[in-house]
Parts: sequence; structure tokens; C-alpha cells
Amino acid sequence: MGCGGVARFWREIPQRYNLIGNICGSCNKTFFPPKEACPYCRRKSMGKMQDIKFSGKGEIITYTIIHSASENFQKQVPYIMAIIKLNEGPKITAQIVDCDIENIKIGMKVDSTFRKIQEDGYTGAIYYGYKFRPCNVLVTNNEKEKCETK
Amino acid sequence: MSDIGIVSYGAYIPRYRIKAEEIASVWGKDGESISKGLGIYEKSVPSIDQDTATISVEAARGALNRCSIHPKDIGAIYVGSESHPYAVKPTGTIVGEAIGATPELMVADYEFACKAGTAAMQTCFAFVKSNMIKYGLAIGADTSQAAPGDALEFSASAGGGAFIIGKDNVIAIINKTCSYTTDTPDFWRRAERKYPAHGGRFTGGPAYFKHITNCSFNLMKKVNTKPEDYDYAIFHQPNGKFPVSIARKLGFSYDQIKQSLMVPYIGNTYSGATMIGLSSVLDIAKSGDRIFLTSYGSGAGSDSFDMTITDDIIKLHRGNAPLVEQMVNDKKYIDYGTYAKLTDLLYWE
Ligand SMILES: [Zn+2]
Repeated sequence: MGCGGVARFWREIPQRYNLIGNICGSCNKTFFPPKEACPYCRRKSMGKMQDIKFSGKGEIITYTIIHSASENFQKQVPYIMAIIKLNEGPKITAQIVDCDIENIKIGMKVDSTFRKIQEDGYTGAIYYGYKFRPCNVLVTNNEKEKCETK
Repeated sequence: MSDIGIVSYGAYIPRYRIKAEEIASVWGKDGESISKGLGIYEKSVPSIDQDTATISVEAARGALNRCSIHPKDIGAIYVGSESHPYAVKPTGTIVGEAIGATPELMVADYEFACKAGTAAMQTCFAFVKSNMIKYGLAIGADTSQAAPGDALEFSASAGGGAFIIGKDNVIAIINKTCSYTTDTPDFWRRAERKYPAHGGRFTGGPAYFKHITNCSFNLMKKVNTKPEDYDYAIFHQPNGKFPVSIARKLGFSYDQIKQSLMVPYIGNTYSGATMIGLSSVLDIAKSGDRIFLTSYGSGAGSDSFDMTITDDIIKLHRGNAPLVEQMVNDKKYIDYGTYAKLTDLLYWE
């Protein structure tokens, strides 16, 4: 990413760091990334879209194992990319970490973690954001219950 | 005057481990005798997508999950590390944004070898005491690097701890803190160099032992205590031998330090070391427990703390973030080749 990349990334910091999406005040549907207007309510949603911070907890709907990646991600292969359904509704594509490839499965409960996503070589900016990890990996029983009750 | 101290805490240790044996076998050394000599059996290794900023964020989020304070009430963030991801651009800005504390707060990064985290605690303590902020967040975290084949390769590891300092719902009152600082070139890293250099045997006597001893005795004199008055003691742990030996010299028993002694299984987490040790003690501490802590940073200096656990510890949701013991036990072993790839030993530009 050049300078344009830095600017785009900077604008997306709320989404990438804190999973800030939005909710339509008319039909209560949630969106990630946030949308200008609700695609279901259209004009009725104008002025009613409100920011919402997602909990970061969800479930794997489907996944794929990446064996051959672009230069930036070569050192991570093989790695898992998944579509996660957040507890609040929206679906999100993200890398799964702290999970051995033989243990990944559909339906697995996951929660978000903060990682480096990419860096512009040894001299450029470092881009941080969300990845997901199995819920049972680094949480105690209390937190695990919270993950599983929703 | 109301009591000031730790309101909440969190720690983070990456999941990968490499055994001392594995490192030794690459360099044709005897792993068993090295492990025995250093008191280190394995060390934590950051994943390729982890650095001091991500470790700091995980620890800080853990601290926030355990209590109910609003992130916007955090008026200052100080991150202590010798491995900040940027030479120019503060780690604290990334942490502040990631925990939702921005934009009205003070932020700066600290560097004092392995004691930058406790220096951050002292700063937050002073700001709270002077009513300039409601809460301060002090972090010590590192992904320390060692040159391939260097003796430090057996110990330099990754991890961190975060402490919210304030005066409401304090779980551990900071009764007193003091420091001891001199110009002692025991260990350093020159600007723009990737790996540190050290003074070999010089790192013991005039450095680690002298500073911790003087700082610890000074603090006990100020608060009029003896080693046996404490339920737990935490000392900086560059290897498994030094903290045991300094404890004995000062008059503390092994039982007083064992809860904080993480180095045999995670290595030296540098700025994270005393922070993770204190987190491990707070994981099990009970009301009335008295805690003694002395950090050490090469260069050189020590910070000592005298703390008392309050009744409010039972109100803290300790189970809302991983306990140190759980993170120590949740691990995946890697070989030296993987280690070299993850820690960028094979880098070229
Ligand atoms: Zn709608």
C-alpha cells in the first residue's frame, strides 16, 4: 500500500480495531462494514443509521485453508480464512489464528483478537486489525459461558 | 486522602513456545545443561502477526473486561517496551484507539530496558494522585529479539501486562513506590540496530543485584517493613536463577516468589516480566495480602512497590480475562526453522 493505502486504512480504523458497524433504526438490521443506508429500508433508514460496536463473538459458517498466498502473506501459509457470523447478525470474513488446521470446524465459536494484518515492507506503515480465534483457547469458564449462551 | 492503586489488570502471553533444547541442538550445545544453568526450559515466541502493540492491546482489553470502567475515563496511557514496533510513532496511540480511550488523553511511550512498565505505573500513580486524570493505563510489553546463537536466545521472549491505576474500586493499594538509578552499561542496543549487546558477566553483580538490593531495602526502610511481612514478592526475572537468588539475599523465601516465577516456562518477557509476575499474583490474591515488587531495567535502574490487596478484589471479575497460568499452559511448540521465520531471523531487504 502506498500513501493512498495509508489514508484508506486510517479511515477504516474504527471498523478494523473495534468492529464498529451500524444498525438500521427502522428495521434493526445490523451491518458490517457499516452502510450509508439500509438496503432493505432505503429512504426510510435515512438519518436512522446508528453506529454499533460488535462484541467480536460469533460462529464459523464456512472456511478455507490458504496454501498459496500473495507475497505479504507467504510466511503464514497454510492459514485459515473463514466467514464468521457475529452474534449480532452480520457476516464477516477474517483469518482464524491460534487454531491448528486439523481442529478447525464449521460451527466453532470464535472471538476477535487484535493482530497485525499487513505491513508495507520493513519501512512502511503497519496495519492492525481484527482476526478471530477459537473461543475456548484463551478464556476462562466464565467467559466461555458468555460465548456459548448467545 | 483516598487510596490510590491498581483498579484492574490484564496480561498476555503468545501461544508459541520453543524449547531450550531445540535452540541448543541448532548451535551444537547441550540443551539440558543450559536449561539447568539458566533455569529456563522453554520460552514464548510471538506469532508473525504479533508485536508489542498487539500484546499491549490484548492485555489492556483483558484489564477492561475485568472491571466496569469506561475507556473514555482513562486519561493517560504509557506503554513501556524496548521493542516498540515503530521507532517514531507511539505504541500508545494504537492501544488508545483499540480500547476506545481516544482522543482526550495523554499518551507517550517509555523505554527503560525491562523496567519501562513499572516506570509507567509510577507515572500513572502520580497523575492520579495529583488529580490530573481519573484513571491511567500502564503497560509493559515486549517481543524481545536476540541475535541467532547468542546466549540471550534462550531467554528473550514475548508477553506483557497492563494495569489500570486509579482511586475508585482499588484492588491493590500502592502504599509506596521508589526507584534506584545509575549509569551502568550492562546491556544496551544502539539506535537502528536489530539485536542488543551485553556486558557478559557484568550483567549480574553491579547491575541486577546491586540495583534490586538497594531499591528493595530503601523501600522497606521507608515503609518500615521486613521481608516476612509480605505474602508475595515479585522480582524481575531475566532467567530462572537471578530472582531466586535475589529473593534469598534479601530475606524472602521461595514460597513468597513462586507464584510470580514465570520465567522457566515463558522465558524473559523483558518489560512484561514483572507485569506478568504481578498479574499472576493478582490472579489468586486475597484481601489483606501484602505484595512486594522490584523491577530491574538494564542501563540501569529498579522500581520498588509496596502494595496491599483490598476487599474490593472480590468484586473484580477475574474470570473475564485469561489467568496467567492458563496462558502459560496454552501452548504450541515450534521448531527452530519456524522460530526463525516467525521472528524474522532470515530477513533481507
Ligand atoms: Zn432497515
